[in-house]
Amino acid sequence: MNKSSLRSKLLNAPYILWSVLFILAPMLMVVYYAFTNRDGEFTWENITALSAYGATFGRSVWYALLATLICLLLSYPLAYIMARSKASQQRTLMMLIMLPMWMNFLIRTYSWMAILSNTGIINTVIQAIGLPPAQMINTPGAVILGMVYNFLPYMVLPIYSVMSKLEYSLVEAAQDLGCNAFAVLKRIIFPLSLPGVISGITMVFVPSVSTFYISQKLGGGKFLLVGDSIEMQFQSAYNYNLGASLSLVLMLMIVICMLVMNRFADSEEGAILV
Amino acid sequence: MEKNAVIIDLKNISVSFDGQQILKDLNLYIRDGEFITLLGPSGCGKTTTLRIIAGFLEPDSGEVVFEGKTMNGVPAHKRQVNTIFQRYALFPHLNVFENIAFGLRQQKKSKDEIRKTVEEMLALVNLKGFEKRNIASLSGGQQQRVAIARALAVKPRVLLLDEPLGALDLKLRKDMQAELKNIQQRLGITFIYVTHDQEEALSMSDTIVVMDSGEIQQIGSPTDIYNEPKNAFVADFIGESNILDGIMHADFSVEFQGMKFRCVDKGFGKDEPVDVVVRPEDVDIVAPEAGMLRGTVTSVTFKGVHYEIIVDIDGFKWMIQTTDYSAVGDKIGICIKPEEIQVMHKSVYSGLYGDYSSFSEEFDELSDPIPTAESDEAAEE
Repeated sequence: MNKSSLRSKLLNAPYILWSVLFILAPMLMVVYYAFTNRDGEFTWENITALSAYGATFGRSVWYALLATLICLLLSYPLAYIMARSKASQQRTLMMLIMLPMWMNFLIRTYSWMAILSNTGIINTVIQAIGLPPAQMINTPGAVILGMVYNFLPYMVLPIYSVMSKLEYSLVEAAQDLGCNAFAVLKRIIFPLSLPGVISGITMVFVPSVSTFYISQKLGGGKFLLVGDSIEMQFQSAYNYNLGASLSLVLMLMIVICMLVMNRFADSEEGAILV
Repeated sequence: MEKNAVIIDLKNISVSFDGQQILKDLNLYIRDGEFITLLGPSGCGKTTTLRIIAGFLEPDSGEVVFEGKTMNGVPAHKRQVNTIFQRYALFPHLNVFENIAFGLRQQKKSKDEIRKTVEEMLALVNLKGFEKRNIASLSGGQQQRVAIARALAVKPRVLLLDEPLGALDLKLRKDMQAELKNIQQRLGITFIYVTHDQEEALSMSDTIVVMDSGEIQQIGSPTDIYNEPKNAFVADFIGESNILDGIMHADFSVEFQGMKFRCVDKGFGKDEPVDVVVRPEDVDIVAPEAGMLRGTVTSVTFKGVHYEIIVDIDGFKWMIQTTDYSAVGDKIGICIKPEEIQVMHKSVYSGLYGDYSSFSEEFDELSDPIPTAESDEAAEE
């Protein structure tokens, strides 16, 4: 072994140790708990018990997909406008998007409770002008709104970052070859911003599908998401084994989603290249 | 359309950005089938002129006429001109075939027609068999060829080229110059070529438009521009030149460096102060007693084909290119034939370009406008 590779091994050591201690070990523990009972004996029980959670998983995925789609529809034009505006405006817009993230996640969600609740700001205004109050809090809509609000920056930033690097001469070249504004968007800007869109989708979908806090606070615990179920098993039911098996399935789902997204990205590029 | 008819006419074009005037009342017409070059230092407005023709930029005032029809307000995608961009602007997500087919697909051409045209274009630019290649895997020269093929595939009436060879190395640049000229002659379409490289302009163009500070300094054939520069700027920018203060006493008689010379210029006022240009290769070295002017050699550089000699004549340092060797310190005489003397009216550029007293190769390169895309954009955007 030569000197430089020894040194690089030494330099890598802390990171490897960190990864093992805080990433690999917890994951293995999740797997261990998922396949054992309270006495530490191997069992399939926790896995078979999951059949009762089909609706919960379905709801989680559905809400997360909706939230991701809404984020994408909001972010794409915003990122485009940002990337095309002046440098000083770009900084201001970026600041406005980042600003809510300076506040704690819990406080942001509590604020939405105050806005949406039956005696909240919106309903107070509605009633003041003589309309019947609207039920907003504790609805699926409120939960999805919470997801969109909290995770929007994770969609805007990657798309913006790709778009701001897009060379404007490519747009001019497309115009030069006969593209109107719509054709430029369809044939140049969209395909070139796809990597940003895909990482944005991943970064919004993953936290949305596993969230528990948003659904508890804005959904009032009326409908459980996977995250809620996991939290319940660990925090109140003290059934680490079932909690672990739920986590394991969620993890697998996320990995599969990411693989599909990556495959989609690859094949998209491949399709154009071939 | 008949050959030599005017295809593009720019009338009184003015443009300014942020209070800085980029083009000042520019008038220029371009004939069909012509290879015309806009030549000038960076920031002179040549790229801006090209962008106005392409439709990427609307002039503040003035008219752009294409085959008799006003083009003001017509967007780029509806104009029959195509551009080859400075850094090619090839689409990185498409392969070579799809890049070239891009404009044809937009025109909704049939599959067979697209395939046929792309093949023709690839043959034209010597890139047969490159259809499936990724843009990123191509060399600079190959990318340049794809850019040419892409622009020509849609059969434009006029091709605009914005410093297309700027990113290539010298050898490749020479090859591409010949190839571009060849393509232009074969297809017979109008080329409007923008460059800061005078040699490129001289060797490729039918017509050269020399520009500076947003104004046209001179329009003419390469030989006209070189042999009969209109002012000190053109004389200095194109090739090497000795630019002297002179007085035109009468037709065919000019005085400089205290000597009267016969020349072939006329039509100046009596005793009008003028600028006189003598090209370094047009000066003959003779024995001191036989010379019209006498001086001392201060520097000699061997250039391969010739020597470049700096001669101090009464304080003015001349550059002379000659195949005869002289040593530093030699006293020599020089002779200039009447037809080698070019007399010009005084202009705002008079006196800006001195003699070769501070001359060195490095200095010359440093003071040359460096044609980076950034500085061009900064100046012209």
